[in-house]
Amino acid sequence: MYQYFYDLTGNTIIATLIVAVFPLVNVLLVALIGVYLERKVSAWIQDRIGPNRTGPLGLFQTVADFLKMLQKEDATSTEIDSKLYNIAPVLVFTGSFAAYAAIPFSSKLIGSEADVGIFYVLAISSLVVGGILMAGWASNNKYSMLGAMRSAAQIISYEIPTAIIVLSIVMFTGTLSLDKISDMQTASFWNWNIFGGAELGLTKFLMIPFMFIGFLIIFISTLAEVNRTPFDIPEAESELVAGYFTEYCGMKWAMFMLSEYGNMFAVSAIVSILFFGGYHSPIGYLGNSIGVEWLIPFEQAFWFLAKGWFFILVQMWLRWTLPRLRVDQLMSLCWKYLIPYAFVNLIIIGIISLL
Amino acid sequence: MTFYDIIFYLFAIITVASAFIVVTTRNIIYSGFSLLFTFFGVAGIYVLLGADFLAIVQIMVYVGGILILLLFGVMLTNKITNVDIRTGTVHLLPAAIGVGILFGALTSVMVYTEWKSEPGEIPLTTTFSIGKELLTNYVLIFELLGILLLIALIGAASIARREKE
Repeated sequence: MYQYFYDLTGNTIIATLIVAVFPLVNVLLVALIGVYLERKVSAWIQDRIGPNRTGPLGLFQTVADFLKMLQKEDATSTEIDSKLYNIAPVLVFTGSFAAYAAIPFSSKLIGSEADVGIFYVLAISSLVVGGILMAGWASNNKYSMLGAMRSAAQIISYEIPTAIIVLSIVMFTGTLSLDKISDMQTASFWNWNIFGGAELGLTKFLMIPFMFIGFLIIFISTLAEVNRTPFDIPEAESELVAGYFTEYCGMKWAMFMLSEYGNMFAVSAIVSILFFGGYHSPIGYLGNSIGVEWLIPFEQAFWFLAKGWFFILVQMWLRWTLPRLRVDQLMSLCWKYLIPYAFVNLIIIGIISLL
Repeated sequence: MTFYDIIFYLFAIITVASAFIVVTTRNIIYSGFSLLFTFFGVAGIYVLLGADFLAIVQIMVYVGGILILLLFGVMLTNKITNVDIRTGTVHLLPAAIGVGILFGALTSVMVYTEWKSEPGEIPLTTTFSIGKELLTNYVLIFELLGILLLIALIGAASIARREKE
């Protein structure tokens, strides 16, 4: 994809900018469809109907919401710190969108093939924490401040189990590049890392239970990193109004929502790349069997999006099923359970990889 | 001027301008948040120099760790925004002499050192070579640093846990 636009324009920077449009469109679509689905899924789970007035089955509800948001007055309190207040939503969205630079959508649509892929994704998401703290502080509101503090504490705590599990996968595959990690799990679903990787043998079967534990830990901790229920205490409606974005409205509020849904897809993509083969098909490619080469990247993009959406649906399902954790339960879950288990898992995976 | 030059100057401006705000502003929160952009700009310059791993470590450690900790400390401290931070000038002459000597020393080192200026290829990735060096030639230092960090961690935990007498 990048090569194609490079040949077309003859300029690396312009080609990169064009390629960067695709993830942006994806984030917008995820937010648009995600908000609608969230309402519908919650309605199904709670035995309601959900949005059904705007368009068939309420399909245009989020479009209408978006048009409403565009027209809204940017109402702000007089006591805010307006410089930080205006930078914060941009910073939060930058942090969550920047992660997409290293995520391969298909073998032909990769923003950057830099060899530090997964490490970059882990690092750049810390911009989000900075933005959240900024939003909470600039709002000059105790609910915002409490929400921001909770969010920052939660994100930096849960980064540790995530990083440890990522480390064990990096040890197992021997690369940091998300593209190469996906490429190792090609051909069929029993080559996925959750089933012990592509190499047949005793180690593959020994690896399976520990890979499952690793997947569970990283799924829980990424759920906490994107502030979703059961870990949504930063924006707990019943306690903190809306947490760190209580004082925001209109498009600035929309940027926080956009980054939340962008983050949801990003972590789903990371989990699917690390454990479920990334963009590779679980059953082989139609393009290969009928001999149409150009079909394969489109199929890969389809499988990638399908896996991402599957995990988003699981996140929604959990959100409307489980109650919220208390702050102390949240911290003890991370520090007393997830981190020790992740460490033991890391050591065991290391030993099995050496066998 | 190529695109890469423009990108370099962009990051350089971000770094210098935000560093300027860090030292001149009277609001300690502004200092903290400007420092975020300083670290980010420095990371960008590392990337342009071909040090990809170092750039990511810069963001991970400084933006993701140290800066957040710093902001936490500032925000949890009671009434810190009302503290009058002195940014005025005192002892102008000794300060000017000291800074002048340091500046001169650094400049002379920069000018008179014979830098190795071979037209080297920018490596595609530095991760593997950094890892290899750390675990072969510098393994002792690596392990010692690990022990140092572990000691700091245990110390912090034991201070935090100390129960009231």
